[in-house]
Amino acid sequence: MSEQPPMIRVEGLRKQFGDFLAVAGISFEVAQGEILGFLGPNGAGKSTTIRMLCGLLKPTAGRIHIDGVDVAADPDALRKRIGYMSQKFSLYQDLTVRENLRFYGGVYGLRGAALESRIGYALEMSGLTAHPETLVSALAGGWKQRLALGCAILHRPRILFLDEPTSGVDPLSRRRFWDLIHDLSTEGVTILVSTHHMDEAQYCNRIALIDRGSIVALDTPGQLKRRSLGGELVRIECASPDRAMQALAALAQVRDVAVFGNSLHALVDNAADAAAAIVERLRTRGIAAARVTQIDATLEDVFVRLVSANHGPAGTGA
Amino acid sequence: MSEPGAEPSIRVAALTKRFGAVTAIDNVTFAVTSGELFGLIGPDGAGKTTVLRVLAGVMAADSGSVQVGGVDVVAYPEQVRARISYMPQRFGLYEDLTVDENIRFFADVFEVPRRVREERAARLLAASGMQRFRRHLAGQLSGGMKQKLGLTCALVHAPKVVLLDEPTTGVDPVSRREFWQILYGLRAEGAAIVISTAYLDEADRCDRLALMHSGGLPYCEAPDALRARMPGAMVEIPTPRARAAREALASVPGVRSVLMVGDGVHVHVDDARKALSDLERALAQQGIEHTGAREILPSIEDLFVALLGNAAAAGRKAGAS
Repeated sequence: MSEQPPMIRVEGLRKQFGDFLAVAGISFEVAQGEILGFLGPNGAGKSTTIRMLCGLLKPTAGRIHIDGVDVAADPDALRKRIGYMSQKFSLYQDLTVRENLRFYGGVYGLRGAALESRIGYALEMSGLTAHPETLVSALAGGWKQRLALGCAILHRPRILFLDEPTSGVDPLSRRRFWDLIHDLSTEGVTILVSTHHMDEAQYCNRIALIDRGSIVALDTPGQLKRRSLGGELVRIECASPDRAMQALAALAQVRDVAVFGNSLHALVDNAADAAAAIVERLRTRGIAAARVTQIDATLEDVFVRLVSANHGPAGTGA
Repeated sequence: MSEPGAEPSIRVAALTKRFGAVTAIDNVTFAVTSGELFGLIGPDGAGKTTVLRVLAGVMAADSGSVQVGGVDVVAYPEQVRARISYMPQRFGLYEDLTVDENIRFFADVFEVPRRVREERAARLLAASGMQRFRRHLAGQLSGGMKQKLGLTCALVHAPKVVLLDEPTTGVDPVSRREFWQILYGLRAEGAAIVISTAYLDEADRCDRLALMHSGGLPYCEAPDALRARMPGAMVEIPTPRARAAREALASVPGVRSVLMVGDGVHVHVDDARKALSDLERALAQQGIEHTGAREILPSIEDLFVALLGNAAAAGRKAGAS
């Protein structure tokens, strides 16, 4: 991936709405065929960034190059290269599957045999070959979502923007959707996804964690989980987790501790060293037979840790 | 969390609710005890909201019974309403009142004495990091703050039964953790809590959870017990060539399915110990570079797909809902 110039290059991108700095000067690059996830809470600046990348919103400062095109200088050249799918799946509910595809194909300037061939492709991809005349309003969520994806890629865009694509759909449909996204990526389509679902981010090749308009970390999901926590995570199974948490809060080896279901999660420097100290402290406080095991951090653990560090006083990390 | 044999705070038996031809709740039975945090987990449209509405006494069921604290919800809805706290997806905050004024209003509705109210409100606002905003108008708060204020208002009368409908939807991860710590405090006070969520990664935070699917509750257990039902095991293999790896591994004996993730594949196998060397060998044969395969704990989403995936697919007419 390193030989080719990046498909998306963003430098010093800023957007100010009155007093509010929505995007605070971010820079990043995305390689061809890469899936980059923008992960962050509502209001962090994800949608504003995507709208600037699509040429829908003018940046206050900074430069965007997409597939070699300067977005500010040539927004029309951009439009042919990109596809966009929003979380609301902008489909016409009172039109059939085929009518929706025909409509979007027309918008993208497809005609005749080329249009029919792409409609055939989109029907097959979304699993709707047998149902072209079904009204969209009668489709289940997973099918609507795949149809919306089909509409967004009719014109073979080289870059695809997905805004919260799988909110609310069932887990199996979500997996099918991501299979399609991975297929597109293998064919060389570059994909930028925004999401606030921590468990959706695992499907991305790299993740940019966004907080208050800034990128606080940018790496693969595995590296983020291994490196960004600044310690190791342990699960403590014991009686009375609420009382156990009080007992462990002041223990030197424990940097942070919180109730998690009917156990505790604690952030420690070294799981093996801390385990003995934790068991001993709980025993002296009358909580016997505690079991301490090291567990994998989740992206949420990483996010909370980095965001808390970004905001000053931490304390809710574990 | 609860004493064995404790009288359930919530007892639901053979509950069914239809909307026209759609069965929103399909013969559902469960009980929640004092000091228990019970999760209703499932995608949009599974029936979570309908269950909570019936429990709260704001919607009548077609058949079945619901008792809260030993009182029949259908026969005595008013009596039940005084014992519970119900937070719907859109909690009715007064946007033109301040945070403090909203709390006071809800405390007055439930006749909470002033001293108790002040002590409780201070504790809840501290736990959710909202003390600084007490004089702000509710309408000016962010989405996550509104949800936290809604929870504070819903809990100010120290309810014994708490019903929360997707309270963490759209809430940022930091606020979400504060939210759960408040719920654990409430649990320690002995409340029975039912919470619904579409975020499957929240399931592990519950004492017991019900996977809700097409109006039914086919699985209802502690997260660890539910994991033990997972047929086979999950193996993680980091590789830059996820798609090639999936093709190479799909036909290896003992492989049930292969899921591509951002930096590798998750492989669902019959037996992790037996499969590890076979998987490594298959990748080596195809020259697919990768780092060490290792068994990982299945996620609740893995479970959902493994246990309900086929039912979910069969439950729908092809293409139409």
